Amino acid sequence: MKDCLFQMRLKLLPLAILLLLAAPVFAQAPDQSGEASMEADTLQEEPQVPPPAPPEIVVVKDTENDHGHSIDLEWKLSPDDDGTGDYVTGYEIWRGEMVEGEIEFQLRRTVPYGVKIYTDRGDTDGGADPMPNDKDYWYKIAAVADEDVRTESEVYGPVQATGEWFHTGKAPVAVAVLIFASFSVAFVIVAGGQIDMKQFFVMWPIIFVLIIWLVLLISLIVGASVNGLWFLLAIPGAFVGSVGLAISIGAIGFLVGWFVRRTKGEDAKLYVRPLSGINAVDEAIGRATEMGKPILYVLGLGTASDIATICSFTILGRVARRVADHQSSLMVPCYDPIVMTVAQEVVKNAYAESGRPDAYDEDQVFFVTQSQFAYVAAVNGMMLRELPASNFYLGIFYAESLLLAETGSLAGSIQIAGTDQVAQLPFFIVACDYTLIGEELYAASAYLSGEPTLLGSLKAEDWGKVIFILLVVVGVIAATAGWDQFIQWTTVRL
Amino acid sequence: MNPKTIKLIIFIVILTSIVLSVYFVSMDRDSIREGIFVTSAAFLTLFIMSFLYKDNPYYKFAEHLFVGVSAAYWMTMGFWGTMMPNLVAKLWPGAVRGVLPALAEKDASYWFVIPLFLGLVLLMRLSPKGGWISRWALAFIVGTTAGLNLIRYLRSDFIAQVNNTIIPLVDKTEAGISFWGSFSNIFVFIGVLCGLIYFFFSKEHKGFFGGAARIGILVLMLTFGAGFGYTVMARISLLAGRMTYLFGDWLGLIN
Repeated sequence: MKDCLFQMRLKLLPLAILLLLAAPVFAQAPDQSGEASMEADTLQEEPQVPPPAPPEIVVVKDTENDHGHSIDLEWKLSPDDDGTGDYVTGYEIWRGEMVEGEIEFQLRRTVPYGVKIYTDRGDTDGGADPMPNDKDYWYKIAAVADEDVRTESEVYGPVQATGEWFHTGKAPVAVAVLIFASFSVAFVIVAGGQIDMKQFFVMWPIIFVLIIWLVLLISLIVGASVNGLWFLLAIPGAFVGSVGLAISIGAIGFLVGWFVRRTKGEDAKLYVRPLSGINAVDEAIGRATEMGKPILYVLGLGTASDIATICSFTILGRVARRVADHQSSLMVPCYDPIVMTVAQEVVKNAYAESGRPDAYDEDQVFFVTQSQFAYVAAVNGMMLRELPASNFYLGIFYAESLLLAETGSLAGSIQIAGTDQVAQLPFFIVACDYTLIGEELYAASAYLSGEPTLLGSLKAEDWGKVIFILLVVVGVIAATAGWDQFIQWTTVRL
Repeated sequence: MNPKTIKLIIFIVILTSIVLSVYFVSMDRDSIREGIFVTSAAFLTLFIMSFLYKDNPYYKFAEHLFVGVSAAYWMTMGFWGTMMPNLVAKLWPGAVRGVLPALAEKDASYWFVIPLFLGLVLLMRLSPKGGWISRWALAFIVGTTAGLNLIRYLRSDFIAQVNNTIIPLVDKTEAGISFWGSFSNIFVFIGVLCGLIYFFFSKEHKGFFGGAARIGILVLMLTFGAGFGYTVMARISLLAGRMTYLFGDWLGLIN
């Protein structure tokens, strides 16, 4: 039986080998038939993607508050755009320019489905993608369903890109700048002694109305070259705006001027509440004199134009005068070369004012390095070697604040710190004897210098805070009542 | 024992440690250069940290090295990062062809004669008689930057502050009035007002005014406390970074 089966297998073996050899031939046959059927399917599917409904252009206009070379587009989505991207896959934005009497369109960008705004930005003449201002442009938008299936909207135009002289979104900043700039003008005129305060109060509002009117006039003339109608329409608005602005500036200017005048009066002295840090300055200088040790004055890591550093210069002047009076010594290691230069001038002047110009040593104020932690390493070493009686850290500080203050504490120095860097104040508060918090540094500068302009400014700032509080209280009440106009007035749009 | 002898022994121990460290790190990394750099960084770190004990010659060495190298580094950076691209390349583009070829092809901008002039004026400080001229450049720098900062500060610290403080005291949501939302808004409102009152310098802090100022300083201290904790955690992460270097990169004890 077994032999019979074996013989049958032997007979079947050639047949099996033959079938195996023929297998690829059979295998290819269905593939060929499959390709043929797919081609047939493709031919049948092509007409199955109908063109989508076109989008509708709603707005095409120059971008506001810019230097030009930019146009905003907004459109209604194609009704066939269901937000899934299955059918309408995106939108093509085409920009046209007039070339030899015909509009030639160029594809600017393809945005995905669901998007219905686009800002077309270009460069100035000579740029890589020029889009000159004051030139006519036409736009059309195409809803795309497939590479070759798209439906275009109607052509919209012409529109022009133009630049604006004033950023209306920053109007609150302009108002605030004018108000605070008026402070400076008041200080310069009064401190210069060119006019007395009575004349000033009469002239000042007139001067400001004229300045504002001049600025508006220039802008309107420039605007008139672009659009004469706008020029005519803008005059009443500009007049009302300038009068309103002048009244507000006049009110604040009056406050500043009044306080500046009071500082000059012999009987009327401006009151500034005592600050423990201010009182401690003289104490610290006296301590250094008694102990015969130097005073270390650190101006921080700020530049010469930072407000805190400028305030620190004023206090340095006061400290240097007292140091010169008491013939003690002063060390001012500097981080910034420009700060060092200004500090040298301040200390030199202080010595001259105290009648001891010969005692001034230029090496008292010296440059260390502009590397933050190398500077800290140097000042810390100085503290432990020289053991200064008093350390002043007044200005702008960063991560080095605690390193400095902790080392000073270790050296047993009396320490007075002041900065407007909120993140560093906690470290000074825990490690120093006295800390001037934020604006207290500015107040100390005004108080110690005794300058009428600075004291008047301090007073005006206080009344500015009153205005601030009133604005916030009224604004909060209005917001709680659901009226958000105050929020809009104080919103800066960049 | 004689203090000088102790110092000498410490010096010999440190020197030996440095030599051994260079040897072992070089063996480990198959590079003498790596061995020298890793060991230098590790020992300079330890020298700086020795300040925690007290001022010592090793700290002084590290401090002077750090100050000297950083001063030279920033001077070089100032020259190649500011002077050459922002002044020389603007006025004489051809002069930087060998070092900054990308800037050499641009047109000269003669506006930069103004900063050149101001820079030279600043150097007049070195002249015994003409030192006063440098004040003009200083006045320009301080005045211009202060003016530019005025706008920035007014926008961010004044107008934005007013804008962000004008919030409804009652926080209405879709589900009704949110208790915690309203509490938060009221807290912000009162905190800002009391904080401002604390910074009012024209009136002594007495009576109701004093009470409000006290609340103001309380709010400030709460803020500072939170800031302190947050920053201390960041500093601890810096310490962890140094420790990782010492125990990982140098000693190889941790991965």
